[in-house]
Amino acid sequence: MPDGSRSLASSGPSSPVLWIGRNWSLLFLLIELIVFGVFGLHFFSAENLQNILVASTTVLLLGVGETFVIISGGIDLSVGFVMGFAAVNCAKAMVLIQGAGLPEWTAVLLGAVAAVLIGLVPGLVNGLLVARLNVPPFLATFGMYGIAYGFSEIISNNTPISGLPALSGTIGNGYLLYILPGRFVRLFGRPDGLAPLELRRVIPVVPNIVVISLAFVGVFAFVLARTRFGQHTYAIGGSRDAAVRAGINVTRHLTRVYMLSSFFASVSGVIFVLRYVTGRADAGSARMLDAVVAVVIGGASLYGGTGTVRGTLIGALIIATLETGMVNLGIPTFNRYIAIGVILVAAVLIDQFFPELIEKE
Amino acid sequence: MQTSRAVKRLMVFLGERWAIVFLILLLAVFSLIAPRFFAVRNFSNILYYSTTYLLLAAGETFVIVSGGIDLSVGFVMGMVSVASSMIMRDLFAAGFSQPACMLIGAVAGLILGLIPGLISGMLVARFRVPPFIATLGMYGVANGVALNLSRGFPITFLPPRVGEIGNSFLAYVLPGRYFGFFRRPPDMSSQELRELVGILPTTVIVTAVVLAVFAFLLVRTPFGQHTYAIGGSRDAAMRAGINVPGHLVRIYVISSLFAAFAGVLYVFRAGIGNFTTMSASYELFAIAAVVIGGASLFGGKGGIGGTAIGVLILLTLENGLNIIGVQAFYRYIATGVILILAVVIDQLSPEQEAIRA
Amino acid sequence: MEPILRVQNLTKRFGGLTAVDQVDMEVMPGEVVGLLGDNGAGKSTLIKMVSGVYHPDEGQIFFEGEELRLGSPMDALQRGIETLYQDLALAENLNVYANIFLGREPTTRFLGLIPVLDHEHMHGEAKKVLERLDIDIPSLRSKIKNLSGGQRQAVAISRSIYWNARLLIMDEPTAALGVAEQKKVLDLVRTLRSQDIPIIIISHQLYDIFAVCDRLVIMRRGKKVAERRTKETTPDEVVGLIIGSELAERLEGAD
Repeated sequence: MPDGSRSLASSGPSSPVLWIGRNWSLLFLLIELIVFGVFGLHFFSAENLQNILVASTTVLLLGVGETFVIISGGIDLSVGFVMGFAAVNCAKAMVLIQGAGLPEWTAVLLGAVAAVLIGLVPGLVNGLLVARLNVPPFLATFGMYGIAYGFSEIISNNTPISGLPALSGTIGNGYLLYILPGRFVRLFGRPDGLAPLELRRVIPVVPNIVVISLAFVGVFAFVLARTRFGQHTYAIGGSRDAAVRAGINVTRHLTRVYMLSSFFASVSGVIFVLRYVTGRADAGSARMLDAVVAVVIGGASLYGGTGTVRGTLIGALIIATLETGMVNLGIPTFNRYIAIGVILVAAVLIDQFFPELIEKE
Repeated sequence: MQTSRAVKRLMVFLGERWAIVFLILLLAVFSLIAPRFFAVRNFSNILYYSTTYLLLAAGETFVIVSGGIDLSVGFVMGMVSVASSMIMRDLFAAGFSQPACMLIGAVAGLILGLIPGLISGMLVARFRVPPFIATLGMYGVANGVALNLSRGFPITFLPPRVGEIGNSFLAYVLPGRYFGFFRRPPDMSSQELRELVGILPTTVIVTAVVLAVFAFLLVRTPFGQHTYAIGGSRDAAMRAGINVPGHLVRIYVISSLFAAFAGVLYVFRAGIGNFTTMSASYELFAIAAVVIGGASLFGGKGGIGGTAIGVLILLTLENGLNIIGVQAFYRYIATGVILILAVVIDQLSPEQEAIRA
Repeated sequence: MEPILRVQNLTKRFGGLTAVDQVDMEVMPGEVVGLLGDNGAGKSTLIKMVSGVYHPDEGQIFFEGEELRLGSPMDALQRGIETLYQDLALAENLNVYANIFLGREPTTRFLGLIPVLDHEHMHGEAKKVLERLDIDIPSLRSKIKNLSGGQRQAVAISRSIYWNARLLIMDEPTAALGVAEQKKVLDLVRTLRSQDIPIIIISHQLYDIFAVCDRLVIMRRGKKVAERRTKETTPDEVVGLIIGSELAERLEGAD
């Protein structure tokens, strides 16, 4: 319009198309599920769907932390090895505490807490490097990746740690509810006094680690969307200058954002320990870049300022569904790399060519 | 007064070339601490293994100078090593002569290696996909292809001459008795075999030649100039009439080609083809080397010479620490710390101060 | 009437270069003062000292009667001195009211406990200040990146007004705007003036300067070379003063 003001009424594609474009990742996930459901074997069984959830936890947790960092305009390449660092610390702490004679549950709890606390340190360092010394995030966190890995190997003496309290595995592989259809519903453990035949008919519902992960994810989704902290994260990503001039303490905020990323990597490391009853330095190495992929598929831009936890969740589920589905169909899993590479590039292209689609009013 | 100003100028001079200074210091320190370090055998060892990294880092240099990044190099290398070795193996089994197998396999590998670069380049140049993402996607695809072709196993049964060429030297010396180019002395006893010294592995020579050619390209030709220009300001370059999209595609093809070359060289050296193991360490090593060598991730700075020094610093560090008996994990820590130091020093440099003011 | 801003003998040097050389200047309440000069004349440096970015080497700044010692831009902001630079310092990815409240977002309690952003309040207050300034933006939930240059300028100004700016400094407010939008911004400046808000405008657009400014201060090479009431001068004379034609210098001497 000649006078420069723009009509904000939607003058583009009609509503349904717009909706499709905005939520393409969700649709893609649904299509994935349907395709695998049709061609696969027992794909929609409760067990398999829960498998998908479990498979997605690592990428999801790493991804949520990464979401905050990417929105703020940065990136965190150290998450994979901070996860390993935390896993190693957690395992070691559990072993030590149990060895000191304390009860199992104390060892597990304290070990987890200790690992998460120590795991904040890499984030603190990353934050200081990026916010105070102006080191580009890519390089700062990449340096940290090496440093964290080195320390993990030293602490674990290059071998996976064993001898952990059995309780950790019970929690890590247990479910919240056990249902015997028509008869029993019990929390945390299989019902006692059942005949073997009945035992086999017990349906486990919602793995513990999924509950734990979703709890953290839910809390921080709320933080990102509804609180000042979240708002400032978006602001800094949109224009660091504007944030500084509005009086936001950008240095402190960015430090917190990187610590948050490390926090999530550490939680992921603890969950690894609970699941596999061991701690290893390379716990997260395979998942490093998957976290970034999930965030980008979820709609974030690597330049900062956009993205949501919900999007990352969908991204993580897309990846997990793909993997689980391939195993189910018997497709060699190498192909997952190709598929994810293509989805990643497609995600960015879509966001590029239909920028209106990621606008929400 | 005069001396302090001279000292100041010396510090600035050294500060700008801190990478070389650091390398020399490293060499000196390790030589003093570990006698086994300062030996021809050890140095040629370092050189020998440096070829892969030098090639990957050289390709990466072009990309980073243009303001981008290439995360796929390690996996393109793996993919090409698998593909070219498979071709060599199959042609050999079909009865072709060894030279033919090797030539066709190598050339095919190089041609194959153009493709990832073309795709990444087009995504970055024409579709404006951030380089991080485009090459990250390519990383996955290349890895997937490599694994699909090789099914996860190394490719063996290659023509025997492959390994021979890859491990040959420019000259051979039996101290006091034999000196010859390209040929080993005939009929050696096992004692003589142990005493045989090879001067300059062929692979190193080839790498050096390639590096020199491309260094020249980067520094002395318009092509190189344009690369720096685009890295400095893509906009300004476009307005100066440079065909930026076309140029960028070529840059990513170069990077891909270097990775392919590294893959082919690997086949010759190791005598097998293999996919790259799962971790982004090759590309991250390359990027680290380029940055340590003086490039900025924002583009517009850096060079092959600096990159080579960066590679040597990292390899010397690993080698030296290894010889001293320090475990490998410290290498990771050291690499991380040096990388961060490199960037911080760069940030502290006077030009950066000026830019910030 | 006391000037709301008075700088006295203000000087700033960078190494061997004297960017601002013993400048005296005043701004009266409700006045719009145009600060003019060629590139390198020292205008930006002068206002950066008033807004706390630079520390003066010599001289004093008096604001509302009190001497001002500014440690940082935050100090100036807290005293109510708001500067709008050309880049506007808006977050493109956030919407209108989010930008107005950036850094000082009001919160309400979720479930009585957790502090969350109070969108209702922000929207309401933002609407009020936009109406007060007679600015027309259809939806306050639009993101800045979807707004025109003039609308962005309006949002930036609204932000300053909402936070009770006592002195507004605008650096090239109409540069990079289309003609119709420039007019809108000038209207806004007049509205502000009618609400007694003192403004310093730096601009190269003589038309704009003559349209809204009460008084003109002209700098050249760090020194203040002239001051004129807008009604008592012409664009030609002003240009001459800016570039320093000999005639202008001689006239100055005769004053």
